[in-house]
Amino acid sequence: MATTITMPQLGESVTEGTVAQWLKKPGDAIEKYEPFVEISTDKVTAEVPSPVSGVLKEIIVKEGDTVPTGTAIAVIDEVGAAAAQTAPIDSPAVEPQTRPPHATPAPARPQSGPQPPRPFVARPGSRNGGALNPPEVLRRVSPAVRRLARENNIDLTTVRGSGEHGRITANDVLAAAAQGPAAAMAAGIMAAPEIRQPSAPTPTPLRPAAPSAPIQPKGPVPPAAPLPPAAAASGRSTYDRPIPGTLVPLTQARKIIAQRMVESKHTAPHAWTMVEVDVTDLWNLRQREKDKFQREKGVALTLLPFFIHAVVQSLKAYPLMNARFTDEGIQVLKEINVGIAVAAGSNLMVPVIRHADNYSVAGLAVEAAKLIEKARFGKVGADDLTGGTFTVNNTGSNGSVLSAPILNGGQAGIVTMEAVVKRPVVVDDDKIAIRSMMNVCLSLDHRVVDGAIASAFLVDLKKRIEKMSQLAL
Amino acid sequence: MALATAGTTTMNNVEAVRHTLYEALKADPKTLIMGEDVGARGNVFLITKGFLEEFGPERIIDTPLAEASIVGVAVGMAMEGLRPIAEIQFADFIYPAFNQIVGEAAKTRYRSNGDYTCPLVIRTPYGGGVRGALSHSVSIEALFYHVPGLKIVAPSFPADIKGLLNAAIDDPDPVMFLEHKKTYRLVKGEVPNGHYTIPIGKAEVKIAGDALTAVSYGLYVHQAIEAAKQLAADGLSVEVIDLRSIRPMDRTTILESVRKTRKLLIIQEDNKFGGIGAEISAMVVEEAFFDLDAPIRRLAGPDVPAMGYAQTLEEEFMIPTSRMADTMREMVAF
Repeated sequence: MATTITMPQLGESVTEGTVAQWLKKPGDAIEKYEPFVEISTDKVTAEVPSPVSGVLKEIIVKEGDTVPTGTAIAVIDEVGAAAAQTAPIDSPAVEPQTRPPHATPAPARPQSGPQPPRPFVARPGSRNGGALNPPEVLRRVSPAVRRLARENNIDLTTVRGSGEHGRITANDVLAAAAQGPAAAMAAGIMAAPEIRQPSAPTPTPLRPAAPSAPIQPKGPVPPAAPLPPAAAASGRSTYDRPIPGTLVPLTQARKIIAQRMVESKHTAPHAWTMVEVDVTDLWNLRQREKDKFQREKGVALTLLPFFIHAVVQSLKAYPLMNARFTDEGIQVLKEINVGIAVAAGSNLMVPVIRHADNYSVAGLAVEAAKLIEKARFGKVGADDLTGGTFTVNNTGSNGSVLSAPILNGGQAGIVTMEAVVKRPVVVDDDKIAIRSMMNVCLSLDHRVVDGAIASAFLVDLKKRIEKMSQLAL
Repeated sequence: MALATAGTTTMNNVEAVRHTLYEALKADPKTLIMGEDVGARGNVFLITKGFLEEFGPERIIDTPLAEASIVGVAVGMAMEGLRPIAEIQFADFIYPAFNQIVGEAAKTRYRSNGDYTCPLVIRTPYGGGVRGALSHSVSIEALFYHVPGLKIVAPSFPADIKGLLNAAIDDPDPVMFLEHKKTYRLVKGEVPNGHYTIPIGKAEVKIAGDALTAVSYGLYVHQAIEAAKQLAADGLSVEVIDLRSIRPMDRTTILESVRKTRKLLIIQEDNKFGGIGAEISAMVVEEAFFDLDAPIRRLAGPDVPAMGYAQTLEEEFMIPTSRMADTMREMVAF
């Protein structure tokens, strides 16, 4: 019996998906629940488990193609899997420890059982472009290996496994780390031939200057000459530890970020404006309340939830700022779902507080803390990342006092909270006082609103922040 | 380990128990022994032989076959300042005393808000592999280790037996002292002379290694050490930890070892389900998940109601050293 597999819906309000990578090729056996294809949406990439055991008969949608959810993407033949099904599918997964040490090979179980380690055949079509390890090895990585690889900046596709069935052991990772950058680099180039450079010593400009956002105030100054090997980071060049003179390979997330940035900047004509906000009173309020708040709510009280709360009120006052441009008209949105830009490792994520207008400042603090933590630990799901109608970017946390953010996901506006700095300010009666000041910047989609509305929105926001009081909390 | 007198004496486990009890009776007139056949018969393993003559019937008390009474009377004695050492002749007979142990002894300090403690030792031989059949083979530790307020020790080396039995007698709260009966005459070792204690709740690394941690207690510690030696001959390095104390459990020693070897095997004679290994496994996953390089494995008795009398059934229940070695090899190779 043939089962047609359709494009799954990865999260609420997701309508399409892209086949990022086929983990199986036609003719390969697939066990039930075994991941066989990697699907990416504009938010996440997920491995999709097979609903049945069988043999992959046909691939309908090829890698890189995007189709609506529900579209047939592959056919799995269950009849062809008769042999594969003779063994109960859950036995190797549930109790591997009960296998006798030298069991006779299970009949026709394609991927488990005591076979000799399979030869590492390069697969030209795979993500790793001829990776050292077959995908099943990379999927079966112990917690210790994952942690050690991360700590030592080791790409597991470049590590040869010495464990059972080619499993990568913790010691394999440590050995790879000990080999130093040269070996790991060579392995990295082997694993990703498409980025091989004609002559290694020629320095190539790696990071085209990004004139607008995202802002990277702590970016390292690239040295003029390549670092001597000993000083270079151990492992291949990565986004976190770029090695001069090499290419940093694009992760799926980085590809998506790049694509979205270009798309947004090319589609929406960005305009920009800024106000100066006196946050002295708010800062004092926060200082007064933060210990009690931390004790009672279990999260730190920052300016962010106050800010989001004010943004929500201003959006209510200026609904056109909570809208998106379509060819049919300007869609003014009912829900106010505020995205928060979070730097998560080498990626940028924008988890969303849904129905942000339903929360008090305290509630927003708790929700924001939850989402930021999820983002930093890679726990956000597609639903956390979708549905945003407006975005807040706390650029000030990096020390920035001015930034021009790129609009996110077709939204009409994005505001930044810049760093709070003490400045001499002219106050009432022409006196000069030292006040805590914060710049708030707004990028807007000029197709949706013009300067007048945008400025009015921003000034409204400024007034709300300056008048924030105990009541709001 | 605090040594009072230099030098050691070679003893087997049964001699270590007898020697420690004798010295305790000599040292403190408040100590007494009570149980079935501990007096005239001198205990079924001859541990207390001659004690009745030397210490008299007020301190060496033969009791009826009534385990609830043995423990219940001992609880009262302990609360009033004596140091009773109650014996349950075989662990298999302990069930009638369950209420006295769990409902009374374990709760005395808590219920009286610290006004009363219950400095009681309950000694009992446990474990199989001796053709003891259904009612002379059981492991009881998992029935009691769930209970806060109880300390449970199960040493299996003569020196550990002396140090921990002394600690149990000194302890102000109830301690269950489990003696694996197959090790009684099988295991010999050097025992330091003089009074010393080993802290309850401290495990010991019996063999150091770096490729796998094997945690066990009782008879199986000795087999695990033997298995580890077989692997060492092939250059495979296994660390063997003797738990010695079941509760409180020495989390530090286990976690330090697992963080080093990244692999954990737990070997217990008791049934697998809900056993000591389950607790160790959960604790390690909670505390050291990101150090694990292999699934934790447990070798344990099968979940059958009892150890059968027939040799084949007993052999099926008990884990041979060869199986421990095979499992260790698999885990090192993983």
